[in-house]
Amino acid sequence: MRALVVDDSRAMRRIVTRILEDAGFEVLEAGDGQEALDVLAAQETPPELACVDWNMPVMDGLTFINHVRKQPQWRATTLMMVTTESEQSQIVRALAAGAHEYLIKPFTGEAMLEKLDLLGLLPTPVGDQT
Amino acid sequence: MTISSSAFTFVRELVRAESAIVLEPGKEYLVESRLVPLARAAGHPDVDAYVAQLSTRRSPAALKQVVEALTTNETSWFRDTDPYTTLRETIFPELARNRPRKQLRVWAAACSSGQEPYSIVMTAMDTPALAGWRVDVTATDLSEEMLERGRRGEYSQLEVNRGLPATTLVRHFERQGLNWRINQSIRERVEFRHLNLTRPFPPMGQFDVVFLRNVLIYFDMPTKREVLQRVRQVLAPDGHLFLGAAEMTMGVDDAWERVPAGRSSVYRIREEQRTCVPW
Ligand SMILES: C[S@@+](CC[C@H](N)C(=O)[O-])C[C@H]1O[C@@H](n2cnc3c(N)ncnc32)[C@H](O)[C@@H]1O
Ligand SMILES: [Mg+2]
Repeated sequence: MRALVVDDSRAMRRIVTRILEDAGFEVLEAGDGQEALDVLAAQETPPELACVDWNMPVMDGLTFINHVRKQPQWRATTLMMVTTESEQSQIVRALAAGAHEYLIKPFTGEAMLEKLDLLGLLPTPVGDQT
Repeated sequence: MTISSSAFTFVRELVRAESAIVLEPGKEYLVESRLVPLARAAGHPDVDAYVAQLSTRRSPAALKQVVEALTTNETSWFRDTDPYTTLRETIFPELARNRPRKQLRVWAAACSSGQEPYSIVMTAMDTPALAGWRVDVTATDLSEEMLERGRRGEYSQLEVNRGLPATTLVRHFERQGLNWRINQSIRERVEFRHLNLTRPFPPMGQFDVVFLRNVLIYFDMPTKREVLQRVRQVLAPDGHLFLGAAEMTMGVDDAWERVPAGRSSVYRIREEQRTCVPW
């Protein structure tokens, strides 16, 4: 499976990429919404997942999601907002725009895997051995 | 600096006697790290000094705090997902066909801070066959601190990130400062009470579903067996038991049978072992 990680923070991209790679994803990266649209447009088949930051220069994550949702060829891509925005109204806005999930920063690797599990995007479920 | 072996032995025996939780040798670091805050709060320079004082004074309140500090409370919303899917798609609809009084009782038997019983209530709300039904959840735990947290129903950002779908969060929770509080309509479906699984159960009536997840793993074999036997006494003859992913009844209490249900398995009392009359 493939994922696109969109975040203007390089450090954050590295963290998310690492978690996703460990979960078996092949990861593409972009530093803002516009770059992410370009990356998507260059793919023969769209990635299964996009993890999208909200606050970014050039094009923010909400605008990016609005664009993606208008394109039928990208319908199969599951969109997860990954952001520090934590107001209830903001979460509602992102979901209304078409985000499938919402993960608030800071988060643990485990929390991200549990979200992927909810989205049916984990090859093996999180079943834990604690 | 690690805890002395005599202090470790004292704590190990105490926890074993009070909760049946077995702290294997090698868990010294765990004991030390969990007890440091208690030792500091009681004005002791280190854990050894604190334990030495505990072992001479044996104050019940202090001993209880130690036991609570050492029981792992790790939990999450809709933990492992599958059990809740099975509940919604298989177990609840099946029970709905057999309960003319339109009432169900569920027991979350080691509920930690409440994510499990609240996940059960939300799952019942999402089960079409239970529309208009009354579903009550009894949530019990050894830890008073966890029960208090469950009653309050308020969770940090980190906790709501753990397994809770975003749509569920905005639908069933309200933001309170930096935290999120689960709505009153869900809170009032859950009754939190203290119960030690390793002691005889108080009168509780009969349950249709029991969640006994991620707690048996901490017990030794005789205790696992006793707990499973006692659970049989409070489960309806056609009721179902959910265990954790790493737990099973096989070889522990064979009056149970494992039945595949949806993508997971649940446990039922074998037909010949069902003592009470079905509803
Ligand atoms: C790892 S948590 C599991 C929580 C939840 N059932 C889940 O699966 O997410 C284990 C819980 O068992 C409780 N516990 C440990 N020993 C117990 C006992 N003897 N009686 C009742 N509860 C106990 C602990 O306080 C803790 O909250
Ligand atoms: Mg940003």
